[in-house]
Amino acid sequence: MEVPILKQGEVLIATFQAALSDADLNQLRMGLVQQVVKFRSRAVIVDVTAMDVMDSFASRTLREIAHMIRLRGAETVIVGIQPEVAFAMVQLGLTLEGVATALDLEEGLAYLIQKFKNID
Amino acid sequence: MSRSENTSKDSGARSHPGVELGPSEAPSELLRELVAHLRQNRTQLREEWVVRITETRLLTAMTKEEIFAEATSVYDSYVEALETEAFEALQAYARNLSERIIPRGVETHEVVGIVLLLRDVLARSLFAKYQTDFKKLNRILDAYEPAANRIANTVAVGFVQERERVIRQQQEAIRELSTPVLQVRERLLILPIIGVIDPQRARQLTEQLLRGIRTNRAKVVVIDITGVAAMDVTVANHLVQTVEASRLLGATVIVTGLSPEIAQTLVTIGVDLGKMNTVGDLQGGIEQAERLLGYKVVTLAEPR
Repeated sequence: MEVPILKQGEVLIATFQAALSDADLNQLRMGLVQQVVKFRSRAVIVDVTAMDVMDSFASRTLREIAHMIRLRGAETVIVGIQPEVAFAMVQLGLTLEGVATALDLEEGLAYLIQKFKNID
Repeated sequence: MSRSENTSKDSGARSHPGVELGPSEAPSELLRELVAHLRQNRTQLREEWVVRITETRLLTAMTKEEIFAEATSVYDSYVEALETEAFEALQAYARNLSERIIPRGVETHEVVGIVLLLRDVLARSLFAKYQTDFKKLNRILDAYEPAANRIANTVAVGFVQERERVIRQQQEAIRELSTPVLQVRERLLILPIIGVIDPQRARQLTEQLLRGIRTNRAKVVVIDITGVAAMDVTVANHLVQTVEASRLLGATVIVTGLSPEIAQTLVTIGVDLGKMNTVGDLQGGIEQAERLLGYKVVTLAEPR
């Protein structure tokens, strides 16, 4: 199942569905990294609200996405991590260090708008 | 309680190998004789028992009168249990007794101690009564000992069960009280932690906090651990994990009131201080949180 990537102004939004295969994740990673430059986006929001389990491959991919996006000149915000998932990730040592996180999509957008305002 | 005369009465007394029992002296018969003896000498034996209790310094939390009153009812229940071999009443009495004396600080060894003392006092009186007839003494003891041991067992188990029930109840109560997640301002939560944190409580704290962040849409959380004197490495690690998990939900955590011991623990386990936001006291933590949220507290007028 392919993950749709939406363009909202200067931000790209990708919403994870419940069950994603490793291939889907790889495809999403490539899609985001390509499109972020293509659309000259300043930021990417990855919404993981639907994921009630997150395996190590998924969290590693998230981190890789964030780091690759940064190298491509934009910022990543991960939003919608469930409380149980958050704690499970931390226990596995997957803390997404250096990656911005927010409660949900609304918060993530608010965070970015605030940040863009400070920069401009 | 009915005094049924069925054969199950005999189960409490095993015949001694090599000792023939006459038909008139079945174990139930012996028990009845025994009970009659204990009833007859009630006042004297009870007196002796109380003296022994005081001598051995048991039940020091109770007054002499209380000990005597309690001893009287224990003695009567004891004899009744011997007579009827029905232990339910004794069990209920033991529970009831425990309920009354546990809050006064009576220990398990004291309760077991007094019941064993009573057993010994009664055994001695049997020795005295039957010292001339050794065979009879043997048979009487055969009937007496299993029943007496069972009584001691029943009382001890009743007491321990009651104690465990009280402990369970208290644990429940503490658990319910222990984890308030409070909103002080829009998007600002505080989590005051008081007392000892064990791994189970730590897990519960984390769960409640993460859920609280979600439902209150919190951006900043102040965890105040002024009331925690020390924590072990496991719990300290758990705290750090909680801070990281909160960040994944988009909330910043400020930890306040770290005691020197906890600071030492955190340094020993090598916490990355870049991830931990710490402020000296709760007030400082709330002020810092307000700054992060963009609040500014101003005084409107001169305080009167």
